[in-house]
Amino acid sequence: MYDLIGVVDWSRAQFALTAMYHWLFVPLTIGLALIIAIMETLYVRTGQERWKGITKFWMTLFGINFACGIATGLILEFEFGTNWSNYSWFVGDIFGAPLAIEGLLAFFMEATFVAVMFFGWNKVSRGFHLASTWLTALGVSLSALWILVANAWMQHPVGMEFDPAQMRNVMSDFWTVAFNSFAINKFMHTTFSAWTLAGVFVIGVSSWLLLRKRNISAALSSIKVGAWVGLAGIVLTLSTGHGSAALVSRVQPMKLAAMEGLYRGKAGQDLVAIGVLKPESNRTPDDPMAFSIDLPKGLSYLIYSDGEHFVPGVYDLIDGISLTADGDTLRGLSYAEKMEIGRRAQDALRDYDNARKADDKEAMDVAAAAVKENFAYFGYGYLPTPEAAIPNVALSFYSFHIMVIAGGYLLLLFIAVLFFCYRKAEILKRPWMCWIGILSIAVVWICSQAGWVLAEVGRQPWVIQDLMPTSAAISGIPTYSVKLTFWMFAAIFTGLLIAEISIMLRYISSASKSDIENPKH
Amino acid sequence: MVSLKNFFRRVADLYIDGFRNMTIGRSLWLLIIIKLVIFFAVLKLFFFPDVLATHYPDDEARATAVREALASPVE
Repeated sequence: MYDLIGVVDWSRAQFALTAMYHWLFVPLTIGLALIIAIMETLYVRTGQERWKGITKFWMTLFGINFACGIATGLILEFEFGTNWSNYSWFVGDIFGAPLAIEGLLAFFMEATFVAVMFFGWNKVSRGFHLASTWLTALGVSLSALWILVANAWMQHPVGMEFDPAQMRNVMSDFWTVAFNSFAINKFMHTTFSAWTLAGVFVIGVSSWLLLRKRNISAALSSIKVGAWVGLAGIVLTLSTGHGSAALVSRVQPMKLAAMEGLYRGKAGQDLVAIGVLKPESNRTPDDPMAFSIDLPKGLSYLIYSDGEHFVPGVYDLIDGISLTADGDTLRGLSYAEKMEIGRRAQDALRDYDNARKADDKEAMDVAAAAVKENFAYFGYGYLPTPEAAIPNVALSFYSFHIMVIAGGYLLLLFIAVLFFCYRKAEILKRPWMCWIGILSIAVVWICSQAGWVLAEVGRQPWVIQDLMPTSAAISGIPTYSVKLTFWMFAAIFTGLLIAEISIMLRYISSASKSDIENPKH
Repeated sequence: MVSLKNFFRRVADLYIDGFRNMTIGRSLWLLIIIKLVIFFAVLKLFFFPDVLATHYPDDEARATAVREALASPVE
């Protein structure tokens, strides 16, 4: 058992490390592709050569990021086969199909149009080059779509049927998987957050140019484009974030309770704007916060557009209790009851296996029907106690609040930067403002990573919601091998990150000494 | 036929000239190649076997192995 916990935790840590590292590059690729497409459009529409130079400058930074980030996601697929073999088998073609589409799209769209984008200046017509840049931007977003479809299925498994003979989920409706409400929302939320991130990146790098008093005109023009894209991105991110919370309240209510540090809910539930949780040893369900500033009835209103609606807390969910708007108690399935159902499904699966070995077709059919009947709570059968279904509340709570606070800051940043751009451009050149722009690069990456920490930690213990906990998804491999590869990844990824940042900084520094608006080549 | 040939020649020229005239791109391609070698020739080959494919000969045996693992009662 100790070894199993070790393998699960180390495999989770390894997956988190590789996914978070991969996610350092992806949002910049998605967002910067849009920004350079807009800049090139300005070049084609206005005919001003300076926009061509500006586009090329940001396109090179896009290329550096693209090259450093490329293939880092492949590692995640390696881990599926080695560390998470039960999970990989169990998800069947549902996970494989979107990833295969992503691979094909990435290869054909990105490889073709990225090449035209970088090599095609003065070799293809302006219109064709511009189309290639926009298609690259579209291609990187579509790649993200299919990855997010796969991820969304884990959060909200739909469009499949479990087949005990194959021991895997079989896709019954591709379009239900592809248009899963979680997938659509996740795609929009993620893409818009990538626009936000790239907007801040452009503002930050341009602020450095202003601080050094180099290429001021190019920097100011870039800031305008970056700030508009960033503003659109953050407004849409906040809007889709609200939609995401509403979806989570229906499908993953435990995640919602954890991200608000809510152990016992009530009708007219407050929203914690800023807060500090008590240490776990001192935390009680009725008084979990050491300090908090709350928005009265904010959570009820945010989720249900009804300030009096009941929002269940962690222990309400475990007990299966909710309330109507009138205060009447509704009794649903408790987690203990769900665990019973899950164990019935497991018993039926065992019966199926025995019947199969005995070649008893009739018994196999009976057992398969029992598996199907109880499959909705299959994963609960693996939980040792109902409390094992509670995710890490502190990590969920802080990642959510860091994301929201950082998002609010970025909204103000974009509004302020745009105001200065059009009214008081001199302020943008002041050192303190330049430093705000530069340091905001760190804020936006923290915000972006916090969003994924919340999405993935908040849904624990499930690797597939309600169907498979992380502990059942793991392969029977020794802990030491996962530890070894964890540290190898840590070393390799740190090296790659240092390489990217140094290549990027060297390029920004050298390009800034020349005239960005009139490049020599 | 001639125009198709020209088309392919122009596409080839685009790539050949593009690679030839790369500046910062050379370092990036080197980085990509090093990365791919580490990922596929070292990590995938020696550290990340497909556990089920390695230990079981066919899909039926893999399904049985996963069924037995997942149908084990919780201790």
